Amino acid sequence: MSGTADAQKGAVIIQERLPEPENPKFRHRSLNLWAGILFGLGFVAFIDETVFHQILHWHKFYDRSSTAAGLVSDGLFHAFSWFATVGGLYLVADLRRKKAFWHRMFWGGKLLGGGAFQLYDGTIQHKLMRIHQIRYEVDIVPYDIIWNGLAIVMIAFGLILIRSAKKDLSGRKVIVNAS
Amino acid sequence: MPHEFTDGWTTAISAIALLIGLTGVFLYFWGMAASGRKGRYRRWPGRRPLCWSSGIFFAWLPLSPFFLEAAHHDFRFHMTGHLLLGMAAPMLMAAGAPVKLLLRSLPVNKARKVAGVIRKPVFSFYRHPVTASVLNIGGLWILYTTPLFGLMHHHPLLFLLVHAHLFLAGYLFTVSVLYFDPAPNGHSPLFRTIVFIPSLAAHGILSKLLYAYPPSGVSLEQARQGAMIMYYGGDLIDLAIIVVLFHGWYKKPGYRRTKSRFGAKKPVSL
Repeated sequence: MSGTADAQKGAVIIQERLPEPENPKFRHRSLNLWAGILFGLGFVAFIDETVFHQILHWHKFYDRSSTAAGLVSDGLFHAFSWFATVGGLYLVADLRRKKAFWHRMFWGGKLLGGGAFQLYDGTIQHKLMRIHQIRYEVDIVPYDIIWNGLAIVMIAFGLILIRSAKKDLSGRKVIVNAS
Repeated sequence: MPHEFTDGWTTAISAIALLIGLTGVFLYFWGMAASGRKGRYRRWPGRRPLCWSSGIFFAWLPLSPFFLEAAHHDFRFHMTGHLLLGMAAPMLMAAGAPVKLLLRSLPVNKARKVAGVIRKPVFSFYRHPVTASVLNIGGLWILYTTPLFGLMHHHPLLFLLVHAHLFLAGYLFTVSVLYFDPAPNGHSPLFRTIVFIPSLAAHGILSKLLYAYPPSGVSLEQARQGAMIMYYGGDLIDLAIIVVLFHGWYKKPGYRRTKSRFGAKKPVSL
């Protein structure tokens, strides 16, 4: 910025790393993304537990056909989801006090993390490890298609949001570069 | 009921627990008075004696005569008692920061000795999150997947030993994750989190196994309800532990602010 008027200094700047934009949210972009991924994962796990286990009673607490790997995987993800939810929210609080919270990056991460977990749950945990099915005594195919289709849509929207956030960042970079 | 576990034993176990508990409350308030007399410390927050006393109450409750009688026949009572004695009570008592109070209330030279003792490697070893997790969750696995659970209800001394271990391991686990008290050779919040996740998972997996395969002498219906009490009750207390853990990280001044990924300005020292 200050050096661009001077041709000599300008040459030096090109070799060095370009200065980041002043806004602190660009400095903490990966933290914003991770806060979103963690919170999204925890949020989907929480919805799974409250809606499908507790309110609808579609999922079973324990299904005898579950493999040992399924029990371990389910246990680990269940434990991790609490940490992800609380930790993701504390990361948001931390970013906000640094005035570095970035909505678009956070929401992109949230959809990506939530969708990825739902896809893992719907394919590997439900089908491969057979921990439990979405619902019992019904034709399961439409449930599985909606469940996993929704997961893929969430992942796609998450990636689109992250891309657009990154474009935002690189767009600003070009302006800084040009000045 | 087996003849060895008589009413006399029930009363004796309750009385021992009550005596230890009352001593704990008395010592705590005595320590508060002693450190208050010194007049050079900040006021001891009122929530701490509240946490300590209610923790002791919750530790005694599952060992009270009525509860012991009920837990003997009913696995759901047993599991509720397990949650109170092994998780809720240790968490509340640790929140009372008893070691901090001890250091404040003792004369300086003695406090210095205590501070030296808690810094010893043996304490650091037991207070290491991995050791504490293995002792805590490993103990539970042994209790519920071996004949120990059935034996415990026939032999009062074994019963007392198992419950003492349940409480002590629960307390050790709590203080290995949450630093209410001074923690020499402490570990970062991230490390404690990483160790905590598998032990929490092992607790959940064990409760699912209990749901499907009841311990000896427990009916399937009671085992299922007990397992769900263990699973969801455990979740609730774990949530409280996680919130306290991350709150500590959030409140720690300067944490994560010192370093910026893109080499921001160095802190100015005046």
